[in-house]
Amino acid sequence: MKEQMESVILQCDDVTVDFDGFKAVQGMNLTLVKGELRFLIGPNGAGKTTMLDVICGKTKPAAGKVLFGKSGGIDITRRKEHQIAELGIGRKFQTPSIFASLTVHENFEIAMKQNRGVFAAMRAKLRKEDGERIAAQLEMVGLAEKSQWRAGGLSHGEKQWLEIGMMLLQEPEILLLDEPVAGMTDNETEKTGELLEEIRKTQSVIVVEHDMEFVRNFASFVTVMHEGKLLKEGSMEDVQRDDRVAEVYLGKRRDVDASRSTA
Amino acid sequence: MDVIILQLFNGISVSSILLLIALGLSITFGLMKVINMAHGELIMIGAYTAYVVQNLFADYMPASMFGWYFAIAIPVSFIVAFIFGLVLEMGLIRFLYGRPLDSLLATWGVGLMLQQLARSVFGAPNVGVKSPAWLDGGLTVGDNVFPYKRLFIIGLVLVCLFVMYLYIYRSHPGRRMRAVMQNREMAACLGISTRRVDAVTFAIGSGIAGIAGCALTLIGPIGPAIGTYYIVDAFMVVVLGGVGKLVGTVFGALGIGISNTLFEYWTTASLGKVLVFLCIVAFLQWKPSGFVAMRSRSLDN
Amino acid sequence: MPIRKLSAQRLWLLAAYVAAAAVLFCAPLVLSDFRLNLLAKFLAYAIVALGLDLIWGYTGILSLGHGVFFGLGGYAMAMYLKMQASGGKLPDFMDWSGLTKLPWFWKPFEFLPFAIAAGILLPAILALILGYFTFRNRIRGVYFTILTQALVIITTTLFIGQQAYTGGTNGLTGYSKLFGYSLGSPETKRWLYWVTVAALIGAYLLCRVLVKSRFGKVLRAIRDGENRVRFIGYNPAIYQMVAFAFSAALAGLAGMLFVLHVGIISPSMMGIVPSIEMVLWVAIGGRGTLVGAVLGAVLLNYAKSTFSESYPNIWIVFMGALFVVVVVFLPKGAAGLFGQLKRLRRRRASNEGADGVRYPAV
Repeated sequence: MKEQMESVILQCDDVTVDFDGFKAVQGMNLTLVKGELRFLIGPNGAGKTTMLDVICGKTKPAAGKVLFGKSGGIDITRRKEHQIAELGIGRKFQTPSIFASLTVHENFEIAMKQNRGVFAAMRAKLRKEDGERIAAQLEMVGLAEKSQWRAGGLSHGEKQWLEIGMMLLQEPEILLLDEPVAGMTDNETEKTGELLEEIRKTQSVIVVEHDMEFVRNFASFVTVMHEGKLLKEGSMEDVQRDDRVAEVYLGKRRDVDASRSTA
Repeated sequence: MDVIILQLFNGISVSSILLLIALGLSITFGLMKVINMAHGELIMIGAYTAYVVQNLFADYMPASMFGWYFAIAIPVSFIVAFIFGLVLEMGLIRFLYGRPLDSLLATWGVGLMLQQLARSVFGAPNVGVKSPAWLDGGLTVGDNVFPYKRLFIIGLVLVCLFVMYLYIYRSHPGRRMRAVMQNREMAACLGISTRRVDAVTFAIGSGIAGIAGCALTLIGPIGPAIGTYYIVDAFMVVVLGGVGKLVGTVFGALGIGISNTLFEYWTTASLGKVLVFLCIVAFLQWKPSGFVAMRSRSLDN
Repeated sequence: MPIRKLSAQRLWLLAAYVAAAAVLFCAPLVLSDFRLNLLAKFLAYAIVALGLDLIWGYTGILSLGHGVFFGLGGYAMAMYLKMQASGGKLPDFMDWSGLTKLPWFWKPFEFLPFAIAAGILLPAILALILGYFTFRNRIRGVYFTILTQALVIITTTLFIGQQAYTGGTNGLTGYSKLFGYSLGSPETKRWLYWVTVAALIGAYLLCRVLVKSRFGKVLRAIRDGENRVRFIGYNPAIYQMVAFAFSAALAGLAGMLFVLHVGIISPSMMGIVPSIEMVLWVAIGGRGTLVGAVLGAVLLNYAKSTFSESYPNIWIVFMGALFVVVVVFLPKGAAGLFGQLKRLRRRRASNEGADGVRYPAV
């Protein structure tokens, strides 16, 4: 564990999630420091996505705390989703969820960091610097050509990028990404990895990922979950060497690499 | 005290009819995410079927047999409404799966046309159905008289409920139906013909509405718009009880039926309705998706 | 869909709007008094359609309760007119019902400004309250729609039941004067017509500004994915409440104008059937386009007044069939059909992949 208490930004304490008797997460602990790129891995049903759901407020935990912010922070488990989002936690879902009937530009416009009150939205003007920011973001995610397209008409990969772009415009302090490279080409995957490296310079990121090659290429610190619990935390090398990790992935002792095909 | 018992009895009687109507609504909504506003007109069809059967008996059967027309009318109402439901499902509803609001509007249009059809066939004024003699009178317990007609309706509903229970939870078609309800794609992959399940389920729900219409003829005269009196209350049952589970619908029907009767007794008919509505909204603050809710992990549900 | 580039097209559009407004203002020159009164009524309906489109077409929330908001506006205006007609005495129907004193809530309706404010604010407040208790708990979709329909039922039963205060089934009628001018005179009718045109144009411009603003974009985003909107930090419930209340206020305004043109308001005008008919106007014209909603309301009502008197039965069947056809084949209404044709032509011309947007299932 890293001992940098002053820069801790998110701390999950003993989080338990109960779906009608099924404990999807049981006493999970997770600590994230500023500027960290954390990978959350584990076999299917390990509770990774549920963990992200708890952090962004989609699922309310039965027990435990999620503290957000510096020096202890505030417990966000009882906050509403939009409040958590406004505090600075952004979430990208597994399937691209964008606003299909809005144009790409409009999607960015409403995602952009701004006052989200009703009356502010009625008066809001697209200022010059906003336009420039959006243009820059469009350029970055490669959608500048299609800024006036309806988002529903984009390809799957483009939608993924659109959503990532929206999340960046939100300027959250923590980004939660659920399988960001699923369905992407090798090229796009590479680009996403580089983007993550870029983002962590200013923000913290938690990535749930099944693509082991991607994890190996970009992860420095990995958390492995199994059956709702923390199994192992450490560097990628540590995790790969761990017998228990290999066991849950394959049911027998073998290198975790081989799990790529089952994931 | 006796008055309260009698009111409670009336409430249960109202609930039982609401239950019969709401059963079909709840199942079709749970299964196909379709709201059938023409459900009220299926009630009307059942009621007019009973009326026709009665007339046929009066015309072609010896007078001594007349009393038994009702025993025939119940299954015939079911069958006629079942067929109408099947046609409606195959001709319209199947194009509207998963679009509850659109299906609501389209079926409302269908309901409007069916009402007009009834008006041109049977005339706009209400018609009376003479209930069989063996249902006249009532059961006297202490100072209270419980009319046989209402007791009969409650019994009829209990039988329907029991049969539905057996069908949904104890039969093969019922199991297929529940499979489709829980995961349509997976059920289809396992070789279940979801099309057939949908059509049959919808038709059964319609048939039960037909029985409800038949039962309504015991209570009062019937007219082309008879369905509209009950349909909104039946929908409130679904809202209150939650979707897709029998127990929720039973709870919802009892809740609406009894509170309706009691509030109307304590205040006036119009204020009673307001109070019931407020109670429903208050209840939804506590359980927004009704008494029983089906959980889902998808983002937009 | 490039918007900025089409300045020439925008100019044409602007010209078309100005022409339409001019035609509306000049209509009294050519139309008979009877026709003018009808048109005025239709234009009042068009204001309802605008509000309904905002909440249904743009936000994806179907309200079958707009008859109530329309009716509340109508009753507010009718109460003022009734007080004027009674000239300080108790309104006639109260006398018949055995009331001896004017009920307290009737008193302020003696003043026109209060009546007008109430006609707009009462529906808005009722919508806010209903919205607060539903949207906040994420009661939406058909659940919300059914609740609005229940609202219609209880309101009409309440108004019928409380005969002494509301005039019961007959509603409020039997008034003839506004500011001392006869409501029936062609002169007054013409003025009322112009007021209605002005109100419609005002409502249209207001809706347009709202729809084009970021507020409108958030509304459309809510229609596309309410939960997603939450996770980018907006509280959809507040947006839905404001849109619903605004929509109800427009219906109230329309109700007030309606009473001035028709001279009666009764529970049957705010019942289930009128409420759902309002939805049909928007569905026919094209939900999600303001012009479509206005045209839908005017044209459908024109058709209704033409056919329903001579063939009332056929009209009902026709209306039922219209619902089915529009929902199944024309989910975007006439405006959508028009847009589709235009797109088809453009695609042929440029052979470019146009946006294949399907209307979201609501």
